[in-house]
Amino acid sequence: MKIGIPRSLYYYYFKDLWINFFDFLDIDIIVSPKTTREILDLGINNSVDEMCLSMKNYIGHVFYLKDKCDYILIPRIDNYGLDNQTCTNFLSSYDIINNLIDTKILNYNINLRNNETELSGLFKISSLLGIDKGKMKKAYIYAKEKEKSIRESKIKENIEKLNSNKKKILLVGHPYNLYDELIGKQVIKMLTDLDIEIIYSDLFDTNDEFKYYSKELYWKYSKDNIGSIVKCKDKIDGIIFISSFPCGLDSLVNELVIRKLDKPYINLIIDDVESSGGIETRIESFVDIINS
Amino acid sequence: MDRVIAFPLMGNYHVPAKYLLSKISDCKVMDAPKITSKTIELGSKNSPDFVCMPFKYTLGTYIECLDMGANTLIQMGGGCRYGYYSELQEKILKDLGYDFEYYNLVSKGYADIFKIYNTLKKINPKLKKIKSIYHFIITKNMVKYIDKIEDYIRGNKGFEEVDGCFDKEFNDMLNSYLNNKGLISLYLRYKKYKKRIKNIKLKKIDKRIKIGVIGELYTLMEPFANYNIEDALYKFNVEVKRFTNVTYLLFEKGKKSKKYLKKLNNVKYKMGADALDNIYYTKYLIDNKYDGIIHIKSSFCTPEIGSMGIINKMCEENDMPVLFMSMDSNTSKVGMETRLEAFYDMIEMRKNNG
Repeated sequence: MKIGIPRSLYYYYFKDLWINFFDFLDIDIIVSPKTTREILDLGINNSVDEMCLSMKNYIGHVFYLKDKCDYILIPRIDNYGLDNQTCTNFLSSYDIINNLIDTKILNYNINLRNNETELSGLFKISSLLGIDKGKMKKAYIYAKEKEKSIRESKIKENIEKLNSNKKKILLVGHPYNLYDELIGKQVIKMLTDLDIEIIYSDLFDTNDEFKYYSKELYWKYSKDNIGSIVKCKDKIDGIIFISSFPCGLDSLVNELVIRKLDKPYINLIIDDVESSGGIETRIESFVDIINS
Repeated sequence: MDRVIAFPLMGNYHVPAKYLLSKISDCKVMDAPKITSKTIELGSKNSPDFVCMPFKYTLGTYIECLDMGANTLIQMGGGCRYGYYSELQEKILKDLGYDFEYYNLVSKGYADIFKIYNTLKKINPKLKKIKSIYHFIITKNMVKYIDKIEDYIRGNKGFEEVDGCFDKEFNDMLNSYLNNKGLISLYLRYKKYKKRIKNIKLKKIDKRIKIGVIGELYTLMEPFANYNIEDALYKFNVEVKRFTNVTYLLFEKGKKSKKYLKKLNNVKYKMGADALDNIYYTKYLIDNKYDGIIHIKSSFCTPEIGSMGIINKMCEENDMPVLFMSMDSNTSKVGMETRLEAFYDMIEMRKNNG
């Protein structure tokens, strides 16, 4: 038995948990490779035209995996409480994909308003796979600890970078965009070549910091992004917003923050990954401004 | 300072909204100007690039109202991005230099009666609970009556013998609702106009062509946002069915959408905003042998984009013609009418050939 994990969307939030969880249970997994032009094209050809680039990318990864495994892991995240909702793509991706492919899907739902937690979700899929409860629980505790220690060390590293002598730029965006080979990696590479210290918005522990910019915000992942700005804005030289076209949450939240921001920034909206010339020019001139 | 309240338009619902606000606030309630291309221009100019259309329309309306002297703006949130409009709209308008108070009645996508009451209390500190409940009930009934009559009109307006009869009676009805003196008076007015509207003479046509209109709520309900697609359909002598209305969204959606989920075997979860509802309507329209489906939404509406793939698949499997329309400020009315005409011709041909 082999479980396929698409390297997009949820992967960047849960990868350490999932990989360690299935590793402990001795279940084979296959993670789709880093995004290539072919994978993205698979997604573009199989999705609705108007979907956002990240969703198309996700569908591409699913199509890459669909004949290479027995199950594909696609969770659904409804909310982490009333004030912590998610983008509608996280609500609908399971049903969208279930209507696109015939491969079996392993699915669990996180809806804290309805007491559906990550643990109960993993319980559900484990019993489907015929794993006994005790073993599953051990695997979960093991994976959760691993996840925690990996994240803590990453956060520590991220925060240490704030003391660097180089010019520091905060990259604000959803992790599935920031770390994607075609979407965010090109920006990271350009900045590294220009000798910039990069701080990542997803590697902070944030709570209510977002309230500095927005009182009514109710999307969890946007809160994390905005909270990171509040946490480090006095120590950085500039901010780069990265969103995929046409991200619903970013269209409103980033606009509101930008209107209140007192730091140099650019707002990169990545639509066409075919050519990076335009992005390169903008980043170079932005770095020039920061350096001057 | 005298308070002047303004709120964005949506379909004919400014009538009950105006009634409610003027009864419980003791303030002047402004009639927002009808949306025109100027409204859209104002809204688009000051909005983020890829926000959905309702944001731009309502922002444009606010700017026009503020220019006309409004100083208290009211917004209602919804279940998707709509719930977050208010904070950004307030900031944009403040950045433009306007001085006003802004109230959001529904936030986070969940309507909370107590929160609404408290917000209204801020607008009118003298507000009494009993009085406001009474007027809430009247308003609720008014919305219900309007929706019922509109439903009937949609089914029959395409077949009226003399053009404009339905419009005339309906507008008279709206005006008379505004002057009602209480629950019973409202009911009598509803009865009177219901009778008059049902007596309007209709052409006899054997095989009526029936089209279901589904999609994103704002674009469906505000005629200017959909370039008056329903009126365009009536010209082809078509019976129109639309499910989405305010009665459904405010009072029935909670219960009904759970039922819908059980009846559908191709969808497991709610998919945000009205996506699930529209998938159910597609099933309903297929089961009830409608001749075609038109799905309308504003550009970038994420929940509806999610539902489109599934709706398309269902229609393909059941040989049901479907037309997807995405509205934005650059859509041209003529272009829309051309597509509609082609769609109608195709449906008519199918119908005549058996």
